[in-house]
Amino acid sequence: MENLINIFVKSIFIENMIFAYFLGMCSYLAVSKSVKTATGLGLAVVFVLAITIPVNYLLENYVLTEGALSWISPSLASVDLSFLSFIMFIAVIASMVQLVEMVVEKFAPVLYNQLGIFLPLIAVNCAILGGALFMQQKAFVNVAEATVYGIGSGIGWFLAIVGIAAIRERIQYSQIPAPLRGLGITFIVTGLMGIAFMGFMGIKL
Amino acid sequence: MSEKEALFSKKNLKLLTDPLNDSNPITVQVLGICSALAVTAQLKPAVVMAISVTAVVAFANVIISLLRNTIPNRIRIIVQLVVIAALVILVDQVLKAYVYDVSKQLSVFVGLIITNCILMGRLEAFALGNKPWQSFLDGIGNGAGYAAILIIVGFFRELFGSGSIWGYRIVPESWYIANGGFYENNGMMILPPMALIVVGVIIWVQRSRNRKLIEN
Repeated sequence: MENLINIFVKSIFIENMIFAYFLGMCSYLAVSKSVKTATGLGLAVVFVLAITIPVNYLLENYVLTEGALSWISPSLASVDLSFLSFIMFIAVIASMVQLVEMVVEKFAPVLYNQLGIFLPLIAVNCAILGGALFMQQKAFVNVAEATVYGIGSGIGWFLAIVGIAAIRERIQYSQIPAPLRGLGITFIVTGLMGIAFMGFMGIKL
Repeated sequence: MSEKEALFSKKNLKLLTDPLNDSNPITVQVLGICSALAVTAQLKPAVVMAISVTAVVAFANVIISLLRNTIPNRIRIIVQLVVIAALVILVDQVLKAYVYDVSKQLSVFVGLIITNCILMGRLEAFALGNKPWQSFLDGIGNGAGYAAILIIVGFFRELFGSGSIWGYRIVPESWYIANGGFYENNGMMILPPMALIVVGVIIWVQRSRNRKLIEN
């Protein structure tokens, strides 16, 4: 249990997807003009990460790594399919996103309208594939840890995009040098937020 | 008609040079930021990354452009992803075989070329509607525009953060405080947030020189 809480806190603050690894920057910059849409996209990311990370974890450990296929028959124990992991992960992500989209459309039309175009775009959000690849690197011991990691990094991303959207709404009324307006200042503000988040690095868990 | 058009006609050359400045993938189109920032703490991984991305964009553009009339519109995204993922696996294996240390440094970011928005962006916006040769030029041009930013950022971060370029020492050892000198590396430069600020400053400089890019 303690271990799970550690992973959770670590993935939100210390290894924040945006500030520590810059994952999902493109949609982070493109969709952070208002808090409302940012919240929608943030929720969608949390949702998709919470589903795809455990699925990819199972795929990794029961199909792809060396010896993972031995549950089918012992003669397959020497098969190593790990070079296929990129293509498998992205296929899982793309199809899970499609599935999630259909389920949400059917059962929660209000949410579906709010998320709109963002849901399909999440398939190519690097935070999702990045989460899967970090999960592979970290070699979690069971699926619960992987799930918690997925939810945690989703929440970290959510916090970051809502934060920058709020700042951008305020900054509109400021006097910024013309060439720096829009994209330029957003980069610099994100950098400053990143420096602030680095304060969490000292925490030992 | 296209047979008669020269390989490097004015229009085609424009495809190649536009992304270097007026429609730079990073600073204007806002594509492919993630990897641009994460791999630029030193110049060498930045250059390797830039070459890998350029190769993948150019060939993915050509392949999709060749297939463009046969791909059903509804499933085009997954087709594009499969083409990209296959190319990235090739790049990953090549990097592991020939430059293992850099490949270790880049870690997950090689895999993340798959979701690099430059790829999807260019495939959607260009390769689906243009001939292979033009698509190839567009891919090389956008790769070069991406490379330009990566190299500038990598150059400054390595110079000020580690006092070296491409691993070679630029700031003499005797200048450092530890050796009785006056100089100290700026440790901030190799930390992730500074990459964002350096890119912000590049955008600032570019837009003050090229005023039509200014946003309101």
